[in-house]
Amino acid sequence: MGMIRRTFLIGGAALVGGGIFAVQYGDSSARSQAAKLTDGKGGHNFGTWLRIGEDDTVTLYSPHTDIGQGSNTGLAQMLAEELDADWSKLSVVSAPAESAFANVVLGKGFLSEMSGYPGIIGAMPMSLLGMVARQLNLQITGGSSALRFTGQHGLRVLGAGTRAALIETAAGRMGVPAGELTTADGKVLHAKSGKSLRYGELASEAATRSLSTKVALKDPKDFKHMGKSIPRFDIPAKVNGTAQYGMDVIKPDMRVATVIAAPVRGGKLESVDPKPALAIAGVEKVISLESAVVVVAKGYWQALKGARALAPKFSDGGKGLITTATIFAEQDKLRAEGKPTKTEGQGDVDAALKADGVKVIEADYRMPFLHHAMMEPFALTAHYKDGHLDVWGGMQDPLNAKATAASSAGLSADKVTFHPMLIGGSFGRRLPMYMEIVDQVARVAMQVPYPVKLIWSREEEVSQGAYRPQSSAKLTAALSTDGKITAWRNDFAQPEDGLREVPFFYDVPAVARRHFKQVSNQTVGAWRSVNATQHGFTTESFMDELAHTAGVDPVEFRLRHLKQGRHRAVLEEVARRSGWGTPLEPGHARGVAVVECFNTIVGEVIEASLAEDGTPRIHKAFAVVDCGTVVNPTAAEGQILGGLVMGLSSGVGEAITIDKGAVQQSNFTDYEVLKLANAPSVDVHFINSGAEMGGIGEPGLPPATPALANALFALTGKRVRQLPIKDQAKA
Amino acid sequence: MAIEAKVNGKPVSFSVEPDTPLLWAIREELGMTGTKFGCGIAACGACSVHIDGEITRSCSVPISDVAGKSITTIEGLGGADGTLTALQQAWIEHQVPQCGYCQSGQIMAAAALLAKTPKPSDADIDAAMTNICRCGTYPRIRAAIHAVAGTAATPAATPASAA
Repeated sequence: MGMIRRTFLIGGAALVGGGIFAVQYGDSSARSQAAKLTDGKGGHNFGTWLRIGEDDTVTLYSPHTDIGQGSNTGLAQMLAEELDADWSKLSVVSAPAESAFANVVLGKGFLSEMSGYPGIIGAMPMSLLGMVARQLNLQITGGSSALRFTGQHGLRVLGAGTRAALIETAAGRMGVPAGELTTADGKVLHAKSGKSLRYGELASEAATRSLSTKVALKDPKDFKHMGKSIPRFDIPAKVNGTAQYGMDVIKPDMRVATVIAAPVRGGKLESVDPKPALAIAGVEKVISLESAVVVVAKGYWQALKGARALAPKFSDGGKGLITTATIFAEQDKLRAEGKPTKTEGQGDVDAALKADGVKVIEADYRMPFLHHAMMEPFALTAHYKDGHLDVWGGMQDPLNAKATAASSAGLSADKVTFHPMLIGGSFGRRLPMYMEIVDQVARVAMQVPYPVKLIWSREEEVSQGAYRPQSSAKLTAALSTDGKITAWRNDFAQPEDGLREVPFFYDVPAVARRHFKQVSNQTVGAWRSVNATQHGFTTESFMDELAHTAGVDPVEFRLRHLKQGRHRAVLEEVARRSGWGTPLEPGHARGVAVVECFNTIVGEVIEASLAEDGTPRIHKAFAVVDCGTVVNPTAAEGQILGGLVMGLSSGVGEAITIDKGAVQQSNFTDYEVLKLANAPSVDVHFINSGAEMGGIGEPGLPPATPALANALFALTGKRVRQLPIKDQAKA
Repeated sequence: MAIEAKVNGKPVSFSVEPDTPLLWAIREELGMTGTKFGCGIAACGACSVHIDGEITRSCSVPISDVAGKSITTIEGLGGADGTLTALQQAWIEHQVPQCGYCQSGQIMAAAALLAKTPKPSDADIDAAMTNICRCGTYPRIRAAIHAVAGTAATPAATPASAA
């Protein structure tokens, strides 16, 4: 299932502006399908994702779902930049969940990660890549990918190519050389004659030209839209209650349903007596599915009362003995057996650990399952009528959701329409391959004549998650007498390795990162920053342990193991901005961590103290970010501070634990999310290094927990080796 | 049995079972979806409304308790013509919402705070703003409240800088 995770990275694939987007231009069947869907009323389609109206309106059909990160505003900035569009006439809508809008640019990212041989993928014909992306139903939002893949390699190229086609068209009309023409604010201008033509006047003819992919992108010094803090399009509707999420869908004659699924993952529904539910006013139907029971009623409250009145019998699928402890024990056993699934690194670690005069240090770390806990519980509405299934809701991959719904309903994909709605938080949770509600609502809709909205209760949402894996690691290192790390070994156990996502960047001669694959009955999924939370926590905690063992300041110790480059610059800047080493209030201490993921490097310093009950109080946070280029600083800052707060929240208080094969948590009372009172002030600073563009939605998260844990060690001398921190504080 | 109350200044009559939570009566009976369902147990605050001016988590108030009372939802916070309050404007100026799902409740909680404490301290904000935001917009929520109250902004509001 590697494909379903957001673990794709471009890695070594050479992605240059022109090449990757070619299929969006070149595949005539996709183009004509897209044109059919977006044209009409005087509009003309360019490269599937762009429509220019004869009335000068410019519409971007975004293949990304805005899950709260503001990426659609950033994508519009990137398109407008190269197109020289009139910003006031530009709007963004969700691309229809149709195969013509499959995201080929991301397809390339996925495929290079899946195969492990980016060189081969790089040589693949673009038309073939496009077909594969459509077959994969790829329209995903994840992997911090929107701006760095779709924007950088897709929309900027499309904007520039379309601009070139508009200029050529204008040159023909005006009878002047194209070289004498310039563009600005949705017009082609001829300075010599003072003539100009509007894009709307040129669109019809320009759309018949083949778009060049060999276009020069603008120099950053000429940017008018990129790099500016343009207010996000989506925000005004989010302050007055008008924004419409999947939860808010209302259809005539609609019923509302809720579900109870087998508490043990892998369990099946054995039997259920529907009578107690049907006895409740408003309950209309009880539907048994393979591993869940659904109650359909006039409204949610009645459906919920009906569901709670039921006493369904579920099997445990033979998984009833699994607990948090047995999962850790299995991981320890695999480590002890010493047969890693995958090893990455360099040098002879065994020899370096046995070398004369070195000090060997070991530490074991344990991390729990984590839940996404997005604020909007799952809610999808479906209606089967006249042989066609309509589905409304928020998904991170609408095209794949459509395919999943079609498969569950026993329909062909052309008999299903998916209508994307706003998403009330996702963080990796709303991917159809582990979002059972897609299957559930499709099956229910096939059995009822009216539209039905299926809502998961918060209890269902918490206990039926697709969690960040429970994970453990044994770190071993050798320190030379002069305080240098001569060997580093990380034996970690969890479902996937995540090594490519989270590079080990310290300058150490012998390194072995060894993955011991361990799976449980729990569904695991992408959780904001995916494997970077685990690797970030263990690596940066252990670096801190080594620094203290060597008797060297933690920043200085890291710098000694970093050559000149981006990581070093990030660390030096966050140390400088945070006043690292300067005196603090009594009872306060600082901790530092640096993590790279999704091609973005983030250094964070956290200042913390301890409350009387031993729980951490978080006062200030500093983040320095090198994501190459920042498209929208205010939106990007929001992502970094949001990630940082989520990282602190998980580190301080979040854990999903398992007993008898089932999740023990059920709501925000036992799955504790950080609140405003304990959220620090955050200072975010970007280094515009000009490096290949990195992600922004996820990389702010991983350094937060280790930076806090390191601050607590500086404060108390007690090392956090098991998360969450609150459990240690109570211990 | 119908239950009479006022919602956003207009008289309404709810004809639902008396144990139905106010949240679901607002959303499903009135079709007003700005008030959000988050947890169902008054733990997250996404469903916050004002009942006779008091901030209340509507998922845990049975409709029978609001007979004769005056309820304000996010839709009724600004002017009838769609004008936003200064607080809502501050939310836009500080680019507070990310996914936005909790923000109706956050804004209702902030409005209730400012009605009682027009110049809140950080400690006042900590005590009043207990709604959960999973996107982690807390530093900007704090900054927006300070801005509209004209109180000292904390360093939380530091704008992004770039080298």
